Amino acid sequence: MRLELRGISKRFGDFWANRGINLTVEPGEIHALLGENGAGKSTLMNVLYGLYQPDEGQIILDGEAVKFTSPGDAMAAGIGMVHQHFMLVPVFTVAENVVLGNEPVKAAGLIDAKQARRLVTEISERFKFDIDPDAYVEDLPVGVQQRVEIIKALSRDAKILILDEPTAVLTPQETDELLTIMRELAAGGTSIVFITHKLREVRAVADRITVIRLGKVVGQANPSDSQTEMASMMVGRQVGLQAPKPAAGPGEVALKVGNLSLVSASGGGLLQDISFDVRAGEILAIAGVQGNGQTELVETLIGLREPTSGLIELNGESLAGRTVRQILDSGVGYVPEDRGRDGMVGGLAISENLVLDQFEYPPFGRYGALDYKAINSNADAQIKAFDVRVGSPNDPISTLSGGNAQKVIVARELSRELRLLVVANPTRGLDVGSIETVHAEILAERAKGVPVLLASTELDEITVLADRIAVMYRGRLVGIVPGDTSRDALGLMMAGVEQGKALAAVGAALPDQDDSVEGDLA
Amino acid sequence: MTSSNPLTPKDEPPEGSANRSSASPASGAAPAEPPPGSGPVEPPPGSAPAEPPPGSAPAEPASGLASQPPLPGRFTIALKEILSGSWLLSILSILLALLIGAILIAASNVEVQKAAGYFFARPSDLFAAIWDVVSRSYAALFQGAVFNFGADTPVRAILPITQTLTASTPLIFAGLGLAVGFRAGLFNIGAQGQIILGSIFAAWAGFALHLPPGLHLLLALFGAVLGGALWGFIPGILKAKTGANEVIVTIMLNWVAVYGLGYLLTLDAFQRPGYNNPQTPAIDPNAQLPLILGPNYKTHLGFVLALVAAGGVWWLMEKSTLGLKFRAIGMNPDAARTAGINTDRCYVWVMMIAGGLAGLAGSAQIQGTERVLTSGIAGSFGFDAITVALLGRSRPLGTVLAGLLFGGLRAGSYAMQSVTNSVDVVLVLQSVIVLFIAAPPLVRAIFRTPDPEAVRRLKVTARAARQAQLKEVGR
Repeated sequence: MRLELRGISKRFGDFWANRGINLTVEPGEIHALLGENGAGKSTLMNVLYGLYQPDEGQIILDGEAVKFTSPGDAMAAGIGMVHQHFMLVPVFTVAENVVLGNEPVKAAGLIDAKQARRLVTEISERFKFDIDPDAYVEDLPVGVQQRVEIIKALSRDAKILILDEPTAVLTPQETDELLTIMRELAAGGTSIVFITHKLREVRAVADRITVIRLGKVVGQANPSDSQTEMASMMVGRQVGLQAPKPAAGPGEVALKVGNLSLVSASGGGLLQDISFDVRAGEILAIAGVQGNGQTELVETLIGLREPTSGLIELNGESLAGRTVRQILDSGVGYVPEDRGRDGMVGGLAISENLVLDQFEYPPFGRYGALDYKAINSNADAQIKAFDVRVGSPNDPISTLSGGNAQKVIVARELSRELRLLVVANPTRGLDVGSIETVHAEILAERAKGVPVLLASTELDEITVLADRIAVMYRGRLVGIVPGDTSRDALGLMMAGVEQGKALAAVGAALPDQDDSVEGDLA
Repeated sequence: MTSSNPLTPKDEPPEGSANRSSASPASGAAPAEPPPGSGPVEPPPGSAPAEPPPGSAPAEPASGLASQPPLPGRFTIALKEILSGSWLLSILSILLALLIGAILIAASNVEVQKAAGYFFARPSDLFAAIWDVVSRSYAALFQGAVFNFGADTPVRAILPITQTLTASTPLIFAGLGLAVGFRAGLFNIGAQGQIILGSIFAAWAGFALHLPPGLHLLLALFGAVLGGALWGFIPGILKAKTGANEVIVTIMLNWVAVYGLGYLLTLDAFQRPGYNNPQTPAIDPNAQLPLILGPNYKTHLGFVLALVAAGGVWWLMEKSTLGLKFRAIGMNPDAARTAGINTDRCYVWVMMIAGGLAGLAGSAQIQGTERVLTSGIAGSFGFDAITVALLGRSRPLGTVLAGLLFGGLRAGSYAMQSVTNSVDVVLVLQSVIVLFIAAPPLVRAIFRTPDPEAVRRLKVTARAARQAQLKEVGR
């Protein structure tokens, strides 16, 4: 099916999320839609999927203008979408999820389970997905869940498949598998719109590339173009992809973690026997696929969880078993991974969020009373120092974009003298400009001699920042390797392969030149 | 929640683009280009839940379950929804309730029913009858609650408003306590029990002790606070230590208090000599709250104390560190915990403050209005106070106003009863008000008022846009 978008515009208030966008997707083509967060990619796809009505412009399928008022219309017309966050019911089986909303029924309105299972098996075999239709979705790894989403779309005869940031949740190996699947689908005649901001993947798989910036198409790129060229097009200015990272000058061991274990309430081992140290002026990255214990490790360090056993020492002082308050007061700064949930109180003002962990202490609070003069002047200073774009510091922080909200959180944590900085996925969902800011701030702390623990699921981020990399898999440390270890070796370790074997498998720990250049646009 | 809802736009507006766009030929060339800073049209992750786009229903039910963080409790969400409503909504709810009340009054009136029987012969009779009964009912309500035009003496003419003030005093106290809890995210249903405990303590201090003036009053007041705070402490500590749901615990404690009071009143120590029905001895005059409008009216110092308490609650919630903690916990307990706030300790504090204020409601009853402890001392104040706090959007001023309204409904209901022959209409009015407050979208749909969240977002957008434009021009 040939898809054409003609002059699509979508406006929110007086903000044009999309303006006059033209896009053609040929049958069997993988068309990458490249742009920063906030460029308008998702809005465009939501227009195409019937979630939004365009203010101007037309959607043309095989030469015929169509109008979608709901995703149902889009699905009926042969458009399928795999969202970044899956829309699967965890306690249902694969087959049940695939037919949900479109169930084959037998007499008396009963669901035809056999038919549903056959549907899954058929598609799964055709594209070598290797999926058990009776497996429960909650038991499947993320990469496989994504395939279930794809099967779901294909089972409704999708001729055009929209993949919205599909690789955000995958390991490098899973990403490769997905790219293979995409190629097979395209070879079978399915058109794919591939939304991403990861240049490596675009170059690997796309037939054509359309770059969007600030709601407009700024041009086409070729898969053979260099990453720097694409990045500059995407951002609208020259981008130096290599972050200027000065040589590390690690000092004494500052944070010492020894044999740390954490057992969940149900008896499962969330963290098992974890040991590492972080030196002053060093960034230790914790790498791993989402959900392998990084979150638990960070939360244990910060006092949100109490370790079952093991030791945590900061400059010789034990932190294990202390309250969050005590740990923060001992000079630990913490940027949580889920900023909306853990990092800020959406309904409170920006100025209040800037002192969220300090307002009890002078100058912000004295004898139980808040000093709003001090809080406001602190807000003005921080907003200026970190270049946060705000309407008024007294607006609720929920009115800020993700990048600006993150700057507020980073500003808060760095506004005091730190003895340890713990950051978890600090640039998730941010645009290139904000990523640069946040990375620069982290490096500045390192230069000041602060030990930094960086937990991140983005390998790109890790390779840019890390001096050493500790890889976690299922609550254990697989190994600790130098910061310039190759992406392939890290990928294997993230899948649980032992350090020695992983390094041997990719032919020694040579720094992978290509990768170290690519980093920044994670 | 929002951040993992796949149906909300994930695109975040580009920031830092005010600089960037000057370097970008595409946007620099178009002056009409919306300023890039004009971001938040699309809610950033973590903002208030955006309304799902129309027509998204088919995909909605399964949305993002795979990667969703644990959902906040159902009560918490409902509470947030209710509290996010606007003042306008409160007023519209009251108007709607009055309208529905009018329909009920008319429908239940014998004259109206008679006139409806020959509607097609003389329709004007029906309308006249409706007008007559509805206007007389509401006039009676007003005269019973505010000012009695038909009274023979000025003293009697303003009697209704003083009764309203008296009736509103416990409502305001208890409503303030509940409001503190609601803003901290605690759905405290236990005001009834807390009022009873406050009454018991105040009454005992009032009749069993004999102290000099001033001291006795203060001690009885302190007893009321202590009793209420104790009854708040129990659900607070249970929630903090075991995670017990405060809704259930407080409801159960209400019954413990009700039957506990019943039992106490059977004891000799609590029986008023010479009386057959269970009631305690009257409290000492020294422990009574003085009447502030002279001996003709029952309005007592408690009303003034309630206003002072409202000021205190305002200071606590808006100007104190403890209040900021409460607000942070109410809006996002995860972030509060991450910022080093001891949420468990705060839960206990919140419940004790809420209980203490409800206890003062009990003292207003014992030391002000009733002066003896009976099993009906708390009436339905504890439950009405929930409505009062919600109608007042959990703000002190709002709670005072809502308390006055409900005090007026209570005081006026007796006069109204003489027209409608039943007190039920007033109760229906109260219930309908609750119903509408709990369903802001319904009221919005009826009056076609805009979604406040959307309006706020639009405002912020417009301001950001203007600023970005100014910056652009200044370049």
